[in-house]
Order: sequence, then structure tokens, then C-alpha cells
Amino acid sequence: MISLFIISLLAVTAMLAEILNFKKLLPSITIAGLVMAICSIIPEWTNPVSIPAFNNMLVFNHFALAFTFSLCLITLLWFVMAGTYLRTETALTDNYALILFSLAGAIAMTSFGNMVMLFLGIEILSIPLYILAGSKKTDLASNEASFKYFLMGAFASGFLLFGITLIYGATGSFELPLINQYIKIHLNEMPAFFYAGIFLIISGLSFKISAAPFHFWAPDVYQGSPNMVTAFMTTIVKTAAFAAFFRLFSTCFISIENSWSPVVWAISAITLILGNTIAVRQDSFKRMLAYSSISHAGYLLLAILAINSNSAGAIFLYTLAYSVASITAFTVLNKVYQLKGTDLIDGFNGLATRSPLLAFSITVAMLSLAGIPPTGGFFAKYYVFNTAFINGYTGLVIIAVIASLIGVYYYFKIIIASWFKPATEEKQIELSISEKVLLIFTTLFTLAIGLFPGLILNLFS
Amino acid sequence: MIALLLTLFPLLASLLVLAGNPSSAKRSALFFALVELLLSLYAYYLVCKQPDSGILEVNGSWIASLGINFKLKLDGIGLVLVLLSNILFPLIIFSAIDREIKNTSAFYSLVLFMQMALAGVFMAMDGFLFYIFWELALIPIYFICLLWGAEDRARITFKFFIYTLTGSLFMLVGLIFLYQHTTGPHHSFEIHALYKAGQAMSIKAQSFVFFCMFLAFAIKMPVFPFHTWQPDTYTTAPTQGTMLLSGIMLKMGTYGLLRWLMPMVPLGVAEWGPVAVTLSVIGIIYASCIAIVQKDYKRLIAYSSIAHVGLIAAGILAFNVQGMQGSLVQMFSHGINVVGLFFIVDLISTRMNTRDIGKLGGIRNVAPQFSVVFLIILLGSIALPLTNGFIGEFLLLNGIYQYNFWIAVFAGLSVILGAIYMLRSYQNSILGELNALTSKFADLTWNEKAVLIPIVLLILGLGIYPKPLLDITGPEIQNLISSAGIIKP
Repeated sequence: MISLFIISLLAVTAMLAEILNFKKLLPSITIAGLVMAICSIIPEWTNPVSIPAFNNMLVFNHFALAFTFSLCLITLLWFVMAGTYLRTETALTDNYALILFSLAGAIAMTSFGNMVMLFLGIEILSIPLYILAGSKKTDLASNEASFKYFLMGAFASGFLLFGITLIYGATGSFELPLINQYIKIHLNEMPAFFYAGIFLIISGLSFKISAAPFHFWAPDVYQGSPNMVTAFMTTIVKTAAFAAFFRLFSTCFISIENSWSPVVWAISAITLILGNTIAVRQDSFKRMLAYSSISHAGYLLLAILAINSNSAGAIFLYTLAYSVASITAFTVLNKVYQLKGTDLIDGFNGLATRSPLLAFSITVAMLSLAGIPPTGGFFAKYYVFNTAFINGYTGLVIIAVIASLIGVYYYFKIIIASWFKPATEEKQIELSISEKVLLIFTTLFTLAIGLFPGLILNLFS
Repeated sequence: MIALLLTLFPLLASLLVLAGNPSSAKRSALFFALVELLLSLYAYYLVCKQPDSGILEVNGSWIASLGINFKLKLDGIGLVLVLLSNILFPLIIFSAIDREIKNTSAFYSLVLFMQMALAGVFMAMDGFLFYIFWELALIPIYFICLLWGAEDRARITFKFFIYTLTGSLFMLVGLIFLYQHTTGPHHSFEIHALYKAGQAMSIKAQSFVFFCMFLAFAIKMPVFPFHTWQPDTYTTAPTQGTMLLSGIMLKMGTYGLLRWLMPMVPLGVAEWGPVAVTLSVIGIIYASCIAIVQKDYKRLIAYSSIAHVGLIAAGILAFNVQGMQGSLVQMFSHGINVVGLFFIVDLISTRMNTRDIGKLGGIRNVAPQFSVVFLIILLGSIALPLTNGFIGEFLLLNGIYQYNFWIAVFAGLSVILGAIYMLRSYQNSILGELNALTSKFADLTWNEKAVLIPIVLLILGLGIYPKPLLDITGPEIQNLISSAGIIKP
């Protein structure tokens, strides 16, 4: 919980930096603050606070702490990646503040104990992102992205809020444990509008995780937003939304699993098939990553569907592996974009001859996203499949296996382009030290999750 | 301990070669491969002397909460393949000694990395570990084919990759399915736990596992109708890549079938084995017929490889001692022979700039040594008595005969058809009239002899005295078959 305070404080500090004129120090303060936030998790982990804070609004159990850790870590990596972009192309303080507020919202989404807090968390996460999506003010695509994201996001919030209201109407409470208790007692006499509420919540959350058929905003928004903002959206937002999805359904609605699992089954299957097949036809790397992000939501839904003791670990591992690989991918994409001014896959041609480090790290990242050993993505995917298998979703696992095969096709387009296609120019690509450190770290991290997943899984056992 | 050493040493060597000086990469890779060969000979000695000693085994916890262990064990079956792989690697590396290869360090580093993965595949005693090594072997060969292959390699290599990955993912599904059925306090991927789980399942469940895993192995071998990636890939891959694919990597499929599928789901095998055997035999005849009309030498050998591996698969699926032992001997022999043949074809194509059999002829007149060596390897491949191929094919056909008379009759056609396409190609290229092109054919150099002579010695040596191979595999095969609960004479 201390980490949430630190981050909120950090966000306010970022806003003050403009007025009090210490803009130059802001990047170092932010990095230090995030490191502190990460460190503050360790004592809380060993002695978890037993009394929930703020009248059960926030419950920092191990699940929440683990996700807070992963969110802070990804944001830290994100700041290292986006350092140059933030300094040169944006109003520094505004962007720092917006990102940090968004992170605070994300942490609230992983630790809520009350439906209201869930809604607040989602709004705190989303509103800064509506602004950030449009931060290239003169670019039409960026404006479109912002507007679309806002419009769709508002609808999703509306659905969610309506769902929460209906559930309150049926159970008389916003608090997760109380709702759960009420459902257990009145299992067979829940009114129809209660189920309508659950489906509205599923729809609302599906917007946030960009699962089909609620995914239509995602490709345009991801492509139109500045690269760095897209990176933030595909990693932090997805992680937080899945944590929230899982937390809500595993604590509240687990006793009526049979009523909502067919819906999630269908959403997962459609997402897997649509996301992967459309990604195949993309020429733009960024748009391809957008569809790949949609398809990863499909795999993650498998773990939600198979709600059991392994699910939390599966979602955590998967989102972490996916986010780290995405950070690598966006770092390389941004570098290529700066040099070529395009995000087309052809821009990667001959990357291996121009910068072996870039080519190697994008290869590992693509292997991880495609789920090929020994990368973290493979183990995460394996673990998710395994989790789904335990609960007997063999059919969906087979669909997911076929979907990942299609996935290999488009991820390998990048690998083939980097290693095999001839480069249009010979000049070596210069990398700054922070870029090198970031790429080496994320690549090693991806391999480490694949080789020693036990370290992470032990957190959840 | 020795098992761990056999896997870790090539990995270390691979990193050293990658970091080292490109000009010395060739020689250091060769040196490391030879050291690995010595290690595996020592392992052979150990397996013969004290088969159950702890030194052949390594068992560490990897992901304890999921029952995944880092368990490697070297036994008679694994040893044959580890030995084959480690005999072939120095030869394959040496075969490129005169060639200019761009990015030398990367190439040899990938080759050695592959040696690590293959050693792991053949020794893994944990389903998850087996899968990891299985996939790890795919990545280096993909890059070897992609970066050093011939024209149109991107598309063809990609097809190969997707094909094999399809198979492996279904294998993973099968393994997870078995894992979920293991009993005890925790689920486990340990091979005997998986055996037990598989054998206890219903026919329907066993059939499901059989299909999932057979698909993976059938694609890797390849068995008809999953073979369409193979001729193109073998033809476009660089010679060393083709040798790796056909000599060793193909054996991953047959080995997997033998160790990871047959004893695992005996009822599934009994139910669907006949279909698989029929496919294998169709593959034998189909591939042989296509080989007969091939003009391109490399393609001809690629198709002959499909025919040979079809016979091996049929022998394993017959599920008796002769068939299984024959398959192991034949895996070893085929590895040696096919590497020899691909090297011969490489010599022809670099000297003549063509692989078209029609354009060759009369090479015997200008290169007698080359012709003799070629003949011996060719005879090994068509299984003439006193060559290594004969022992394997004899045992295989014997095993298949016990399984079903008619299957054996059709499978036996492979010997006759093999003789037709092999001898005809030899006639057209080596015998006959010299022409303007072939008159410039130079005889073998010392470096080339250094590759071919060990191959010839192995072909003749094992043909005359196959006892070492039979001795180490016999008891293990007995165990394997009896552990499946089906005891056959």
C-alpha cells in the first residue's frame, strides 16, 4: 500500500515541478521513487497487513502486491525506454504526471476490495491515457486515436457502472466478500437482472482488455497514439485490467461460474481467432502488435476461464512475460521509426547487419510473444494451457494451440526481415547507453522467466 | 554426471566459439566436437560396464511446484543416438573445412548449440525437459537453413518451421494431457509416471494422446502424408544443414516414437497402430517411386530418406523386440549412410556446379577412389549383406513380418526399389561415358578422405560386427516392451 502512496505523491510532485522549477531533476526523482515503491513491497510481502485499508476499499494481499510489483517494474522500464521521447517531444512534467496517475489507477485496480474502488481505479487509469493518446497535437491520427479511445472508453465505463449498479441492486453491497456471501446463500434465487449485471461487467472489462468483439477501437488507437503511449497501453493497461478481471471474478462470482463461463469461452475463442488471423495481414509492425495484443487477451482469458488455484500465477506470469517482451519490441520499433520514419515491417530489413543487439533482442522478444522455448512467453503460455486443461477446457486449448501457430507466422516475419532481407543502407545504428542497458535487461529477463519460472510461481503457492 | 557433461559441454563450446576469433572458429568447433566424441565414447564404456550407476544420471529439481525435474539419464537406447550424433558432428564440421562460410563463428556456434539440444533430447527423462530440448533443437537449424541456405530459402525454411512447430505443439498438448492424469501427491512429468498415467487411461484417451504425439513424430521423420516440407528443405539447406537434418534430427522423430509414445499408450497403439503402419508403408513405396524419377541428386537422396525412415517407423510400430532393435540399429546406420551420401552429392555439385544426374557420367574413369567410396556408401544404403544397412533392415523386416505378413511384403519392396534408384543413379553418374563436364572431375583430396574414410569404416565395421550395438540395446528394448505390459516373443 505504501507503494500507492509513493506513486500518488510522485505524480503530484511531477505537477509541481513546472511551478517550482525543478524540471531537470524530475526524471531522476521519478526513477528513484519507483525504485522506492518497488522496495516498499518487500516488507509488506513478508508481513501482510491483515486489516484492509479505508473500510475495505483496498486489500493489499499477496495477489495485489505481486501485481503492484510487476506494474511498477514495467513502468520503470517504460520510463527508461521513453526518457528521450519525453524530454524532446513532449511537455515533460505533464506527461510524467499523467503516466504516474495512470499507474496509481492501475495499482488501485489490482487491489480493490470494493466495486466502487474498481470503477475509480479504471477511471484514474483511463483518463490520463485519453489525453496521452492525443499528445501529438498536430497529428490527425493521434487526434483520432484520442477521440476514439475516449468515446469507446466512456461507453465501457458506462457498461461497467451499470453492471455494478445492477449487482448492487441484487445483493445490496459493493464489497466483494459480502457480495460473494450473499450469492452463496441465495444461489438459486438470484434475479435475472443480477446476471445482466455480470454480463455488463464482462462487456465493460472486455473493452479494457480489448477482447473481441469489443476490440474495434484497439488497432486504430494503438496505431494512432505515439509509440511510447501505445507501449504503455499494451503493457500496463492490459496487466491491470486482467488483474482486476481475475480479482473480481475469483472473489465474487466464482460460485456461479457456470453462468458466465460459456460467455467468456466464446469471447476467448473469437478473440484468439480474430486477433491472430487479422494480425497476419498487417504490413505495419505497430498495427501488427496491436492485433497481437488483442490475441494475447484471448490466451489470458483461458486462465480466467479455468478459475482455479493456478490461475493467479498463470495470469501474473503471462502478463509479466508479455509486457517485458512488448517493451523490447517497442524499444526496437521506436528506434527503427526514428531512423526510417515508418513503422512498416520492411523497415526492419537487414537490422542484423546494422545492429546485432537490436536484431537479437527483437528476435528474443518475438520468440517470447510467439511462445517458443526457452523464453518466458513459452512457459507462460504452457502454464496457461495447463491451467485450462485442469478444468477440462481441452477444446479451447486446441483452438489456442492453432492460434499460436498462426501467431508464429506473423512474429517470424519480423525475424526473417531482420536477419534475412538485405538492408537498404549499411550505416551502423548507434544506441545510447540507456537503450543498450534496457535491451540487455529485458532480453535476459525474458530468458530468465523461461528458464526459472519456479521463482515466480513460488510466490503464488 | 556424464549426462550433464554431455549436454553442457557443447553449450559452453557454442558460447566460446561465438565469442572467439572467427578465423579459428572452424578449428575450435572441430576440437570441441572431438572432445565431445571422446566423452560419449567414455559414456559408452560406462554404460557397458555399470549400466545402473549414478554417474549416468543427473536429477535436479527445476520447477518443483509443478513436478518438473531436470532429469537426464543415459541408457542403452539413448546412448545409440547420442553416439550417432556425436560421431556425426565432427564429421559434419570437418566436411566444411575447405568451404568459405560467411559469419563463421555464428555458424559453428549454432551447430554446437544444436549438438547440445540433441544430446538433451536423447537423454531427457522428464516430459517437459524433453519438450524444451526438442524445441531448442529447432531454433539453430532454422537459422542455419535461413542464413546459409540456397535460393528461395526464406519461404521453404519457414514452411519447415511451421510444420514442425505444429507437430510439437500438439505433442505438448499430449504431454500436458498425460501430466494431468499422473497420480500421486503431485502431478509429475517424470517419464515413468507418464508411462503409468498413460497406460491406465481408457482407449479413447489413449487414442487422443497417440494422435497428438504421433503427429509431432510423424512430421519430424517425416511419414507420408506429412513429408511435403522435407524434399524442399533438404534441397535448399546448406550441405551441413541437410546432414544435420537427415543424419540426426530425423532420428528425434523415430526416437520419440520409440521411447515417448509406444510404451506410453499401448492401447492407443493397438487401436491406431495399423493406420500408422499403413501410412509408413505407403510412404516407403511412394517415396521410392518418386526417387526413381528424380533428376536432382540431392532430391533423390531426400526421397530415399523418406523411404528408409518409413521402414524404421513401421518397425517401431510393430512393437516387438526385433522390430524395435532393428529400428535403433537402422537409425544409427541410416545416420552414417545419409551423411556420407549428402557429402558425396556435395562433392559432385561443388566440382561440377550441377546436381543433375543426366549431365554426369563416367566419373569412374577420372576419379577411381571417389567411385569406390561412393559405391560402398551406396551399398550400405541399399542394405547389401556385410554393410551396416543390412543388419538393420533384416531385423526390421523380421519384426514387421511377425506383426503382419502382408505389411512385411510391401515394406520389403523398399529394398528392391532402393536398389533400383540407387544403382541406376550410380550407373548414370559414375559409370558410362565421360563427357566434357565430368572429364574435369578431380579425385578426393586428403580432407575429403578424412571425412569419408571413417564413414566407410563404420559402414563395413558395423556390417561385419554389429554386436556392440545389439548388446547395449537388447535389454533396454526388453524393458521397454515389458513395461508396456505387452510381452511378445
